[in-house]
This record gives sequence, C-alpha cells and structure tokens, in this order.
Amino acid sequence: MNAKIRIRGLTKTFATGATRVQALAGIDLDVQDNEFITFVGASGCGKSTLLRAIGGLEYVDSGSLSASGREVAGPGADRAMVFQHYSLYPWLSVMENIRWCRRLAVHTRDRTLADVEAASGRADALLQLMGLGHARDAYPNQLSGGMQQRVAIARALMPKPEILLMDEPFGALDAQTREVMHDLIRHVHKVEKTTIVFVTHDVEEAIYLGNRIVLMAPRPGRIAQIYDVPLPDARRQDMKHGQDFLALKKEILARIRETSGMKTDFDLLEQLNQPAG
Amino acid sequence: MSHPPRPSFWAIRAPLSARRYWLLALVGILVPFAAWWGVTALELADKVFMPSPLDVAKRLLNWAREDDLVGDVAISTYRVVAGWTLSAVIAVPLALLIGTWRPVQALLEPLTDFIRYMPAVAFIPLVMLWIGIEESSKIAIIFIGTFFQMVLMMAEDVRRVPMAQVEAAQTQGASRAEIVQLVLLPSAKPALLDTLRVTMGWAWTYLVVAELVAANSGLGYAILKAQRFMQTDKIFAGILLISTIGLVIDQMFRLVHRQSFPWLHGK
Ligand SMILES: Nc1ncnc2c1ncn2[C@@H]1O[C@H](COP(=O)(O)OP(=O)(O)O)[C@@H](O)[C@H]1O
Ligand SMILES: [Mg+2]
Repeated sequence: MNAKIRIRGLTKTFATGATRVQALAGIDLDVQDNEFITFVGASGCGKSTLLRAIGGLEYVDSGSLSASGREVAGPGADRAMVFQHYSLYPWLSVMENIRWCRRLAVHTRDRTLADVEAASGRADALLQLMGLGHARDAYPNQLSGGMQQRVAIARALMPKPEILLMDEPFGALDAQTREVMHDLIRHVHKVEKTTIVFVTHDVEEAIYLGNRIVLMAPRPGRIAQIYDVPLPDARRQDMKHGQDFLALKKEILARIRETSGMKTDFDLLEQLNQPAG
Repeated sequence: MSHPPRPSFWAIRAPLSARRYWLLALVGILVPFAAWWGVTALELADKVFMPSPLDVAKRLLNWAREDDLVGDVAISTYRVVAGWTLSAVIAVPLALLIGTWRPVQALLEPLTDFIRYMPAVAFIPLVMLWIGIEESSKIAIIFIGTFFQMVLMMAEDVRRVPMAQVEAAQTQGASRAEIVQLVLLPSAKPALLDTLRVTMGWAWTYLVVAELVAANSGLGYAILKAQRFMQTDKIFAGILLISTIGLVIDQMFRLVHRQSFPWLHGK
C-alpha cells in the first residue's frame, strides 16, 4: 500500500539577515495510513518546520512531499492542524467553534438536508467524546487550558480530516491533564481512523502516544533514528513503568542529550561561584 | 481575635470595589469644580478671566433660550459624525487589506504614515480654496484629521490577530476571502471598535479647529464669537458642553462594546 504521507529529500533553510539556519536537511520519511507517529528531539531540530511543511504552511526549498497521494502545494482541508494555543476563535462559543468549518465553501458545496443533519450529529458526538457537553455554550476564555485544547481537537476533527497534525498541543498543560488528554487522543485515533503526526519535546509523551517515534537532531535538522514502540495498540498509564518503556525512554533521552549540544560544563559552573579577580 | 491579613488599599493593582471606585471618581471630578467655585466666590480672579460656575450655568440657559444652543450642538455633532463616519467607512476595508496583505501594506502604509505627519490644521486654507466654506469643508477637515491615524491603528488591530487563528482556518480549507471575512474581521472587531471610540475623540478636536476658522455656526464658532465679545462665561460653557458630549459618546461606545463582545466582559 502507498504511504499516507511520503517525504523525499526535503530541505529547508531559514535566512534571517546574515545568519542561515538549515532547519531541514534531506528528510526521507513514509507515514502509513492510520499510523500514530510522533516527532521528538531537542529544541530547534526542525520538528515544527517539518510538521508545518506537511500542513502546507511552510514552503520548502527542495525535495518532494505528498499527502494522500497528492503533492502538497499549500494548506488543505485533508490536513487539519492543532496548535499549542491561541488558535480558538474567542468570539464563538464552544459549539460554534467546533462547527466553524461548516461555514466554509469546501465543506458545504453539495449539501443536502441529510448532510446538514449528519454534520450536526457529528458535532454533538465530538462534543460528547471530548467531554465538553456541559461547556457547549461557553466561550473559550471561560475554559481551562485542557478544555480549550479539547475544543481545538474537536474543531480540527469536525471535517473528518484524513491527517491530523499536532504541534505540542499539550505543551502548556499540567501533568495530570496531559495524561487524560493522552488517553483521549489515543481513543480518537482508534475511532476516527485518522493518521496522526504529533510533535513533542516530551519523550514519555512521544512513546506513550506513538506507534513509531521519529527522533530528530539539530544543526542541520535531520532524522537521527526511527523507533518502533514495543507497546500494544491499547495503551494504559501503567505501561509507563514497564521495562521496555523505561529502556526506550532512557535511550532516546541519551540520544537527545548527545545531539542537543547543551552539555553541562561543571568547570564553568564552578567558576560562577569563585570570587572575582 | 485576629483577622487574616487583607490586601492593602495601596497594593499594586489591587482590586477596588465598584462603590469605592465611583466614590473616588466623584471626588476627582468634584474637587476641581469646588476649587473653581471657591476661586470665584472669594473673587480671587477677575470675572473676565474666570467666570463663576453660576455665571456659566446662567449663560448656558441664556444660550438655550435666546440663542440657538440646540442648533449649535446639532450642527457640530452632525459635522463630527459625518467626517468620522466617512473616515471609518473607508478606513475599515482599507485597514483589512493593509493588515492582511504585505504588498498592500508596502504600497499604502509608508504613504499613510507620511501624510499623517502633515499638520491637518494647515490644510484648512487649502480645503477652503478647494471646497469652499460649505458644510463639506468642515467635514473634510475632520476627515483629514482622523482618517490617516485611523487607518494605521486599524491595520495594526488586524495584524494583531494571532497567526494560529489564521492557520487553523487554512488547515480547514478556508479560502483567503473566507479567512478575511470569518477570522480576521471578527477577531479584530473589538479592537476596531476601540479605535473608532478613540478617533471619535480626535474628530471633536478637529471640529473645533475647523469651526474656529471656517464656520458661522456650531459650538466652535460660538466659542470664537464669545471671545470677540469677551464673554468668558460662554467660552467656558462651550468647552464644558463639548467635553460632556464627548463623555456621553465615549460611554455609548463602551456600552456597545459590552453588548457586542460579551466574551470579553465575563458574561
Ligand atoms: N520563521 C523562521 N525564521 C527563521 N528561523 C526559523 C523560523 N522558524 C524556525 N526557524 C529556525 O529553524 C530551526 C528549526 O525550528 P523549529 O522547526 O521550530 O524547531 P523545533 O520545533 O524542533 O523546536 C530553529 O533553529 C529555528 O530557530
Ligand atoms: Mg516547535
């Protein structure tokens, strides 16, 4: 079967004044249909750039990139994106946010009464799935960060995107809320059959969510290694304490430390405490 | 019995109950008035320089009875609203274009910036030359005074819409026109209304300037005429009248803001 997302020789360089940063250097990757793939790596290794390129939000310098068999030439309704924050429409209620895509021509082109009813049913189902039933008419700024991200996910899922792109969507949430969101998004992946590409800097999150983990390294941004996650599809929180999980976590953390170039210089730290002179 | 510590009245950004707020606001307004009344009651200043509040009130009554107070207020308000509306009607779509598309910004923003530093008041002779001294010249001066600032501020309002809102729409398949209409405009609306409120204040300033120079009716003209006849009390009355109208309009804008954007006012 053909890959859902096919990336070959992708490169991207950012030029800001005289400095040039190679954010992506020769990325090759196939993501399978209905896969849950996570990108992890040190800050600045190009995770967001790669995700945004798949979403069509970032232009690349060379290489080829296709999603669902079509060349990516810009953003499209088949690839929904969930951002870390500030992406909800604060002037709309939770339900109006979720149903927002129904105002767009692409989703209402040949609409029949049955379509409208199906959409309304889907919006209700998503609202329930995300545990937002009681917040239906609330405005986003009346919700906690975790609830806001649920709305953002429901809104992204509403038009049945084939691919869901998530850029550190739980980065601003506390640890407990994050665990709940992890199980929720795994559940969504199962019922919606969406292909999910998930960017994080949290190794534990990357392992717990992913079927595969793409470890990236910076300067230049590249794929350092791809790991298969040795966990069954049905994830449980206690798996985080399993042997395989911990071993993989340790290995990935060590690799990130190696590539990040941020070594602790104990001599230098020592000097900080020396009296001047 | 000991109480848990309470926040100090003077703690930085400490909350203040509504009652205390309005009490202090009242004090803030009444004290200068009382000082004014005190100065005139003790006859510390010549009446020609500083009329008493009572003189001003009497003059206001006189103005309403024997002269055309209502007419002056009406014509001035009309000029302000007309000039300001004309500005707004052109500025909103233009600001949406500038705030959305860089090429439009490049084409128009530096130019607008340049024009806004031209002194609007110095255009009065030109406007009189080009348009004459009819109603439209006063409206034109208010327009010149407010429009360019308005466009720049509103373009900034549009630019401040978070990129994540735009990109979320793009990844749902929204077209450019749909993004302008369904994301940028509604997202910027509260800020745009605030800009409209602020520029309304400026429109009143330019009204007075326009009427001082090129009018034979209106509040600004009445103030100028009063100066010729040394009617200081009427000058005071005119100034207080304009500030009162401004305050009322400002409050109306705030009310509309609360009604239109309930999510910003914790409803
Ligand atoms: N718009 C941009 N302009 C200039 N440099 C950028 C831009 N976006 C990203 N970069 C640079 O590209 C590199 C990769 O960034 P990014 O993809 O955001 O990394 P990550 O998401 O892994 O932290 C970084 O060095 C970053 O500074
Ligand atoms: Mg990032």
